[in-house]
Amino acid sequence: MHRYKFVLYRPLQFLPVLFGISIITFVLVRLIPGDPARVLLGTRATPTAIARIREQYGLDEPLWLQYFYFIQNLGRGEMGKSILYKIDVLRLIATRIEPTLMLVITSVVLSILIALPMSAIAARRQGRLPDQAVRVVSTMGIGFPPFWLALMLIIFFSVKLDLFPVSGYGNTLPEKLWHLALPSLTVALSLSAVVTRSLRAAMIHSLRSDVATAARARGMPESIVFWRHVLPNSLVPTINLLAVNIGWLIGGTVIVESVFALPGMGQLLVRAIFSRDYMVVQGVAMVFACATVLINFLADIITVTVDPRVKL
Amino acid sequence: MSVSATRFSVSTSLNRWFGQHLSLAIGAGMLAFFIIMAIAAPLIAPYDPVVQMADARLQPPSLSHPFGTDNFGRDILSRVIWGTRIDLQIAFIGVVFPFIIGTMLGTIAGFFGGLVDTVFMRIVDIILAFPFLVLMLSIIAILGPGLTSFYIAMALVGWVSYARLVRAQILVLKNSDYAVAAVSLGFSRMRIMFRHLLPNAIAGSLVFVMSDAVLVLLNGAAISYLGLGVQPPAAEWGIMVAEGQPFVTTAWWITFFPGLSIVFLAFAFSLLGDALGDLLGVHE
Repeated sequence: MHRYKFVLYRPLQFLPVLFGISIITFVLVRLIPGDPARVLLGTRATPTAIARIREQYGLDEPLWLQYFYFIQNLGRGEMGKSILYKIDVLRLIATRIEPTLMLVITSVVLSILIALPMSAIAARRQGRLPDQAVRVVSTMGIGFPPFWLALMLIIFFSVKLDLFPVSGYGNTLPEKLWHLALPSLTVALSLSAVVTRSLRAAMIHSLRSDVATAARARGMPESIVFWRHVLPNSLVPTINLLAVNIGWLIGGTVIVESVFALPGMGQLLVRAIFSRDYMVVQGVAMVFACATVLINFLADIITVTVDPRVKL
Repeated sequence: MSVSATRFSVSTSLNRWFGQHLSLAIGAGMLAFFIIMAIAAPLIAPYDPVVQMADARLQPPSLSHPFGTDNFGRDILSRVIWGTRIDLQIAFIGVVFPFIIGTMLGTIAGFFGGLVDTVFMRIVDIILAFPFLVLMLSIIAILGPGLTSFYIAMALVGWVSYARLVRAQILVLKNSDYAVAAVSLGFSRMRIMFRHLLPNAIAGSLVFVMSDAVLVLLNGAAISYLGLGVQPPAAEWGIMVAEGQPFVTTAWWITFFPGLSIVFLAFAFSLLGDALGDLLGVHE
């Protein structure tokens, strides 16, 4: 149990991180030129109408006081009200979080399904033709621009084969997964390239390790050596790689969401920034930041669980 | 058993030598090809990249237009060639500033340690958890669309990776014999940091430059694709993909070739990164 002690004190380290992010976001959003009240009411609004809106959303208060209110609200689990949508920011985010979350989960699952067999084949035949092929494909795959890959997948799977829809989301779970097929394939193809490279290197390393040699010496068949000893020992660096990349992954979903017109957090963020919807930008930034921090924390817990040697 | 083991090692080392120099040769060759294309764009592009030819709209690839034409009758091949200038510039500028800033800060944090290092690591934590896109889009909203906003955002965020790599190395190296010897000889801190420690700590960062160039290139093209970076009618690969998107079902060549150029330039960087990693003995 001693090894899990970090679970208790690590969350304390999150507080300064989230505090820093809240300040940076607050300042950044308010540096954007333009008045939210004017964006909301249009160019022909009367000064009194603008003043009323500014008062209603607390925009006439001094900056430090606005920040104080923001933190105070955050403490009560509130994030203020969207100027554009006129509803509570948390409720607004709740309506948009599902497509993004589903996209991230399906992409990660899909990329592991692609990367695991690829790297296993490559590592077990190191230096031979299958390995060289996997190396070239994964090295190239890292450089695929998601917005372009998405269009190419649309040409092939939607236009030529008429298999998957081009845009939108759907209502039932099967419908949603059907709509998510191409978006998550887009993300997964790029992500699996990164994962394959990491897994292959880790597998080659553990194939040569003493553990594997000892297992072989006991007469264990190579396939069992691989699945029981090599694979578990190769997972730790990959789990950490996925966790480190999660911020990048969330960012990447914004592009994919916009190509496939998925009504997720990314689209909400883009619209909020350009309409100066302060509260929404702050809310989305905080949710993204919390997700990043939380996933890295989870990765640490998984690492300690999978590999008893690791001490954090 | 011993025979097969020997054969194994000989064949892998041969493979290794071959693989190393092959990826170095192909990577360097491809990058040189793109650089020459960028420099010689006015000489080798068959048409003007922005001139619209009303009688040659949406033509599929042919002898006179090898990559076809777009909806304004502009020659895609010429636009791809001219686009090399902007996309190479994106990869270069987007990497240079983070590299310089990160290397300096990482060296200082690792060398001085203590409070400096603690503060440094907290800032790194914040930036790593900060959603890059929020920063990117906010800076574009503040300064207006364009590559300058993109470079500033990259510089603010990108230095973290370099700083962490260098710092980790400096932490180890500052206790090495030659560093202690340099201290006892009375050399200044600046001299020890930048003349003795940094040259030995920088290999990992140099290799990372290549992977970073791929990320920066993809980000820059994506920002232009969203309409927030390079502005039309300039020829840049990301914006060309965006311009061809409405015609993707009828005229695939408008989007296909610019995207493929991004893939190949990124591939060149990745190959060079791998080869450099092997040569310098740096492994991820």
